[in-house]
Amino acid sequence: MATPLRIAWWRRRRTRDLLFQAALIAGVLLLFGIMANNAIQTVERQHIATGFGFLDHTAGFDVVQTLVRYDETSTYGRVLLVGILNTLLVAAIGIVLATLLGFLVGIGQLSSNWLVARLARSFVEIVRNLPLLLQIFFWYFAVLRALPGPRESWGVADAVFLNNRGLYLPAPVAESGFGFVMLAFAAGAIASIFMFLRAKAVRERTGRVSPVAPGTTALLVVPALLASAAAGFPMSFSVPALSGFNFQGGIVVLPEMMALVVALATYTASYIAEIVRAGIEGVARGQTEAAQALGLNRGQMLRLVIVPQAMRQIIPPLTSQYLNLTKNSSLAVAIAYPDLVSVFAGTTLSQTGQAIEIIAITMAVYLTLSLLTSAFMNWYNARVALTER
Amino acid sequence: MANAPTKASRPPPRAPLPGPIEWLRENLFSSWGNAALTVVALLILYWVVVPFVRWAFIDAAWTGTGRDDCLAFENGACWPFVSERIGQIIYGFYDVTERWRVDLTLIGLALGLLWLTMPGMPGKRPVGAVMVLAYPLIAFVLLAGGFGLEEVPTTRWGGLLMTLVVAFTGIVASLPLGILLALGRRSELPVVKGLSVAFIELWRGVPLVTVLFMAANMLPLFVGLSVNKLLAALIAVALFSSAYMAEVIRGGLQAIPKGQYEAAAAMGLSYWRSMAFVILPQALRLSLPNIVGNFIGLLKDTSLISIIGFFDLLGIVQAGATDPEWATPNTALTGYAFVGAVFWAMCFGMSRYATHLEGVLGAGGRR
Amino acid sequence: MSTSAVEITGLNKWFKAFHVLKDINLTVARGERVVICGPSGSGKSTLIRCINGLERHQEGRLTVEGVELSEEIGQIEAVRANVGLVFQQFNLFPHLTVLENCTLAPMWVKRLPKREAETLAMKYLERVHIPEQALKYPGQLSGGQQQRVAIARALTMEPRIMLFDEPTSALDPEMIKEVLETMVELAETGMTMLVVTHEMGFARTVANRVVFMDEGEIVEIAPPEEFFTKPKSPRTKEFLSQILR
Ligand SMILES: Nc1ncnc2c1ncn2[C@@H]1O[C@H](COP(=O)(O)OP(=O)(O)O)[C@@H](O)[C@H]1O
Ligand SMILES: [Mg+2]
Repeated sequence: MATPLRIAWWRRRRTRDLLFQAALIAGVLLLFGIMANNAIQTVERQHIATGFGFLDHTAGFDVVQTLVRYDETSTYGRVLLVGILNTLLVAAIGIVLATLLGFLVGIGQLSSNWLVARLARSFVEIVRNLPLLLQIFFWYFAVLRALPGPRESWGVADAVFLNNRGLYLPAPVAESGFGFVMLAFAAGAIASIFMFLRAKAVRERTGRVSPVAPGTTALLVVPALLASAAAGFPMSFSVPALSGFNFQGGIVVLPEMMALVVALATYTASYIAEIVRAGIEGVARGQTEAAQALGLNRGQMLRLVIVPQAMRQIIPPLTSQYLNLTKNSSLAVAIAYPDLVSVFAGTTLSQTGQAIEIIAITMAVYLTLSLLTSAFMNWYNARVALTER
Repeated sequence: MANAPTKASRPPPRAPLPGPIEWLRENLFSSWGNAALTVVALLILYWVVVPFVRWAFIDAAWTGTGRDDCLAFENGACWPFVSERIGQIIYGFYDVTERWRVDLTLIGLALGLLWLTMPGMPGKRPVGAVMVLAYPLIAFVLLAGGFGLEEVPTTRWGGLLMTLVVAFTGIVASLPLGILLALGRRSELPVVKGLSVAFIELWRGVPLVTVLFMAANMLPLFVGLSVNKLLAALIAVALFSSAYMAEVIRGGLQAIPKGQYEAAAAMGLSYWRSMAFVILPQALRLSLPNIVGNFIGLLKDTSLISIIGFFDLLGIVQAGATDPEWATPNTALTGYAFVGAVFWAMCFGMSRYATHLEGVLGAGGRR
Repeated sequence: MSTSAVEITGLNKWFKAFHVLKDINLTVARGERVVICGPSGSGKSTLIRCINGLERHQEGRLTVEGVELSEEIGQIEAVRANVGLVFQQFNLFPHLTVLENCTLAPMWVKRLPKREAETLAMKYLERVHIPEQALKYPGQLSGGQQQRVAIARALTMEPRIMLFDEPTSALDPEMIKEVLETMVELAETGMTMLVVTHEMGFARTVANRVVFMDEGEIVEIAPPEEFFTKPKSPRTKEFLSQILR
């Protein structure tokens, strides 16, 4: 065994690497130290409170849309919760709509119909190349503000109304016995899942294909219907109606929320459409011929070969579009929809002046959402990578 | 082989070109379902395009000097709003007598970009270096003043000028920062790697609006003295976009085969030299389409600075539309249409350029 | 100062838990030409790459032209200046012309002025018989030409030792000859060479010794005549029977 060469510690590569990294850490700490020191001094000079105590103080301002109980006596902590929920609400609705529209337009781009393909392409090229804020302004100030007032509302079936105060929808109200109906529905749903799994097992074992759609649909609908008939239809609707200058009853979707949702959904849809197109095209190029050679028909080819593979390509960028949509919902502040940024980093900050704490909390909320999303993506990619080989 | 008789090649048989009727049948009415789709598409076009053309062109007010000239045109655009305010839309509140300085800056920018993007122009490297290193300084002096030029405070900048200043600064600053961060993220030194990852993921995880709020409210606290508001916003935009740039460049770095790193090292090149001469030139070339894509995103995002009180292109039109002097039902929409057209032209042009680059890089491959 | 070009004693290397090089002992004299062969995965590339520090070994000593590879700052660079490496996949820089590929290291490692670096590069491009391709990009050349450029590129650093890692394995059959001829010519100049190859004709005519590796060990070292006609180890015999057929 040869004796290794001895080298003075300060001539070693490792030493150099360690010193460099130590210097880097020191530099970063120094920078943070200076910033913290400055912040402390300024805060003292301007008599701004510090710490997170303000979260327990009464906010005392009104918020136009709240998903949880909120009134003038509620605290800034409650404001934070209201803001987060409003952000999540817009994001959730936006994500659903953006996905539907995005897949529609993305598949439309690949349509063999020349006009449809051109139309879909134009939608993508127009919407994607305009600033989102401009689109929000367009929907809010130019479209929704230009709608007629409550007295001249556009109505559908005397139950849905649209005017410049918002969209009025009938609201379902559960009466006693409704729980019974829900129970029946849940039982039907579970039974239909079992039926589906059984049909799949039969097909795999015997090769016999039996249609499951009618059976599962019946299981979903019939028990719930029977149960509600038995309970005397325990659900009613609160229908909006004009009284005086405004509508009462039902639920109202604020114009701010409508503008935000429409703008976010169409803008994100233009990106999703591109992802869908690229995903399908990327798979179809190599696999169509293979599938045709196996003798699959067009429907089977799409369902069994193209779509499952395309989804693998589509899901990761799709997830990051969902995250983008959520982050973009912060543009709400420009039209005063009461999202997290608007009510917390906006109103609460200007009332308390505690910029550092408030912006840190706000960023932390978004960061958490981002980290959750990338955790999902890592998990998904690892799973796909596993099944890939 | 040499003496074997070969068959003479002949051109392929020509398929007859389809006539217009066949074309229509094949592309629009090949089946009942397809025909239905065509009808739906035609209806959508009719509902969107016809009203838009009527509003923007046929029913629009084209001349005039004030809101009264537009009120007569109830269902049409109010173009005098744009033509009367065009000075503000381009220059913001920049002193009228000094506007030539902005013109000069913008012309310089246009010439430089044309030179760099036109295929086959000589001397792209020196021109690129001038645009990245010297031009920002010259532009700054021209715009802000000094060296005998009258000072124009940044509070008076606005409109298209402001939009371009923010976008250009973001781009120029985010490239070197992004490169460093991308290299850092691939470093073998755990501290360098960790700090880079933390920096990148922090900025990518939060919306730009919160970053701008931070610049407006928090940066002054951290620096301890009053910072120029625009400078604070520019720093925020640069940090934010450098994180996105880093990820794009990292993609390019990952696409470079390991053999290139090894060949450079085996020749005895140091880390920085192999990066500078071997790896980065290839990686940047590969990521160019995505870098342009990032620029498009950044240009669109500049409009968010109006949220923290700057009058960029969108902000100044929005402010103008609420001005009682011009208040008509169509003013805002007219302003948006104009701003939209400007943004769209810039972004669409860039995205076309990116597609073209992808084609060039894909077809030429690795020269 | 020793008289050997490469001295390897008790060298051991692991990839994670995988013991890839086991107790390697090998001394290569100045001007000697050694061919290394063995089945795929036996550690030939790893050994070659250890010699110019592309891979780090964990145990043992490795001295190249009197400089020991160690943790000391600047040591690797000093070794690499003496050692040229030619890869299986050429690894030319696709964004640089042939000439620029060859002048890069002389200019930035040896700090030669551009003019001198170019003269030097042309000298070696002539040596590998492709001076006329100097202004082309690697992608415009055939595989054989690319590999010869790679040899010229390594030579421009005027190394004392040349390492080759299966230089002809990625080539179409009709191009193998031109590369082998270039290598034979290089051998005639008295260059110290370590060549991983399965070209047994080359081994017979050029090598002073043949090293057979299997599963991370050196199984047998012998002059080519003896190696091909009277292999000692059954593992060598089996290997030879597979590749000679
Ligand atoms: N970077 C690496 N990480 C882990 N294992 C490696 C690495 N490089 C090579 N190996 C493994 O080490 C063994 C020897 O590889 P190599 O030296 O390339 O063999 P040869 O060149 O003789 O075919 C192989 O089993 C290979 O899979
Ligand atoms: Mg090998």
